[in-house]
Amino acid sequence: MKLVIKNVVDSAGKKIEIACDNGRIVDTKQVTNDFNVYDGKGLTIIPGLVDLHTHLREPGKEDAETVLTGSRAAVAGGFTAISAMPNTNPVADTAGVVEQVHRLGQVHGLCDVFPIGAVTVGQQGKSLSEMGAMNSSEAKVRIFSDDGHCVSDSLVMRRALEYVKGFDGVIAQHAQDPRLTAGSQMNEGAVSAQLGLKGWPAAAEESIIARDILLSEHVGSRLHICHLTTAGGVELVRWAKKRGVQVTAEVTPHHLLLTDETARSYDPIFKVNPPLRTERDVQALREGLADGTIDIIATDHAPHPAEDKECEWAAAAFGMIGLETALSISYLAMVQSGLISFSTLVEKLTTNPAKIARYEGHGSLATGNWANFALVDLAHNWRVEATSIRSKSKNSPFLDRELPAVVVSTFFRGTEVYSR
Amino acid sequence: MISHLLSISDLSKDEALNILDTAEELARVTETPVKKLPTLRGRTIVNLFFEDSTRTRISFEAAAKRLSADVINFSAKGSSLSKGESLKDTALTLQAMGADGVVIRHPASGAAARLASQKWMTGAVINAGDGTHEHPTQALLDAFTIRQHLKNSSGDLSDLSIAIVGDVLHSRVARSNVLLLSKLGAHVTLIAPPTLLPVAVNSWGVEVKYDFDENLDEYDVVMMLRVQRERMDEAFFPSEREYSRRFGLNGDRLSRLSEKSLVMHPGPMNRGLEISADSADSRKSVIVDQVKNGVSVRMATLYLLLGGN
Repeated sequence: MKLVIKNVVDSAGKKIEIACDNGRIVDTKQVTNDFNVYDGKGLTIIPGLVDLHTHLREPGKEDAETVLTGSRAAVAGGFTAISAMPNTNPVADTAGVVEQVHRLGQVHGLCDVFPIGAVTVGQQGKSLSEMGAMNSSEAKVRIFSDDGHCVSDSLVMRRALEYVKGFDGVIAQHAQDPRLTAGSQMNEGAVSAQLGLKGWPAAAEESIIARDILLSEHVGSRLHICHLTTAGGVELVRWAKKRGVQVTAEVTPHHLLLTDETARSYDPIFKVNPPLRTERDVQALREGLADGTIDIIATDHAPHPAEDKECEWAAAAFGMIGLETALSISYLAMVQSGLISFSTLVEKLTTNPAKIARYEGHGSLATGNWANFALVDLAHNWRVEATSIRSKSKNSPFLDRELPAVVVSTFFRGTEVYSR
Repeated sequence: MISHLLSISDLSKDEALNILDTAEELARVTETPVKKLPTLRGRTIVNLFFEDSTRTRISFEAAAKRLSADVINFSAKGSSLSKGESLKDTALTLQAMGADGVVIRHPASGAAARLASQKWMTGAVINAGDGTHEHPTQALLDAFTIRQHLKNSSGDLSDLSIAIVGDVLHSRVARSNVLLLSKLGAHVTLIAPPTLLPVAVNSWGVEVKYDFDENLDEYDVVMMLRVQRERMDEAFFPSEREYSRRFGLNGDRLSRLSEKSLVMHPGPMNRGLEISADSADSRKSVIVDQVKNGVSVRMATLYLLLGGN
């Protein structure tokens, strides 16, 4: 389909026209009379967002989310590429499972679904999964993670980092010392002490980050730190980057906005792993994102059915959905607070993640790239309502909140796949 | 008056004192041959116990019955709960049965708060112990007992020095007592090995000591907490013997307490571990009074929440 988007501005506010043909962005000089015109007056065009941390639950927990419903949620949030975490049932630790997930994404055709492969067999942390086979499969897996489980064994982590160097892979670590966090329910601090909920100390995250930075430096491999949540973790990554270690880091929108004070309600909608931390941590994360210590924003979209949240805190599942609110929450936390420009925010949500994951043709509106983009209304607010959430699960901590930055329309390979 | 009792932090100082004063009046009823008031006639109170606690359950049961309420005991064992029924479905069931008040004991911190904050049921919720969070009626009965023995002219606990000794980290009794005793003006000192104190204990506004023997004679009240033997396996302390030596109330320490001081324990006791038999049975011990006062304080709580007007 031939299409030209007119009367829009780019993320820096500059007037721009974007033309696409055959799913790719083409030079506007090639626009002829047979191009359809989309009048985007008042809207901002951004490259389709790229998420490196999505839980789609298929196969195995289709009552919470499927590749299809997750893709719908993604495009409603302006994403055109998402990365499916391997903690499914069966675990995505073989070429067969990753190819299945990848193929489902292609069949639905709403956005790219790039599977993340498990680092170890069954995410058990013992023996390496066949990462090479997953990489050379049709799914072309480049990111490996045991997300939800930390690769806590130092030797296994070292080997994993070394092994994926052979095909330019990256290990995305969920940094959580399992012994220090057995049975943990929330951030360990003044609030947990009062509420009598078992604490998840910042040191349990930071000690793994520190170890992995040293391992990564030693073997010269790429390390990606998932969902950084503590001020100390930001400090460690800053230090590592100064030393030239190939480390990248992500932060979730919810960790940029919410603190452990929310647990006082005992409402497990705020129960998430890693947990919401303190105001001081939130400020450090925002600063780290602003100064480039933290490279990207990733959603950690974690759908759960109602019954897993309509219960007492300790019995509830960890996690919150985030695809549909990621842009708005990040905009609120980072741009409206005056810390970074909108164009820098867009880099954190698409350009940088595409670079880390080596997703070709994603992350910018350059000619020749996939015609993946979203049209955003920055002048209006919207309200998060359970009835309009596209994800199969409704476990958002932002329900009924009025948020800035409305995704009006999303295009995937030149075709409109979402319209508000 | 508040509509639920979930945490001591729900109560103002005046509300807390009102409960204690009301309990004193109601205690007189228990002295008469017919130990019953018609106040809650026709009201239904459910004792919803997800955790075994015969002591607390019968205390609430006695309190409700002395106020003429109908009492239903609903325990996890032998009910649909053991088949994995959710808190929500249990609450909906109780609502359908017309419970006016629910006394809940639950192993999960915040379970009582969940029951009260969701729209599953309309009755008053009384927290009878939720995980390692709080046990507000225990703190109220402790304050009542202290006031009974060490009454001052202001009716509160100002100028009293109270030590709470033992596993503060896992103790809901400690959390409620820290809040209530401080609210009533007492000077509270927590004494425990650092492993059994929350890391953020300095935010509680109380004194913390690691040495039980230091200034032992200055406490007006020594409240011993139960130590669960399985904590030893989780590396909280090296051995029962070491714990008992450093943090147990033995005969030697008992003899060094001041003349008028009180020894308390919320029960059930591990005699020989955190408290020696001679301490538990000494004339300083008010442990049996605590049990007795529990009924009066729970009567006052039910009366004020359910039938006060």
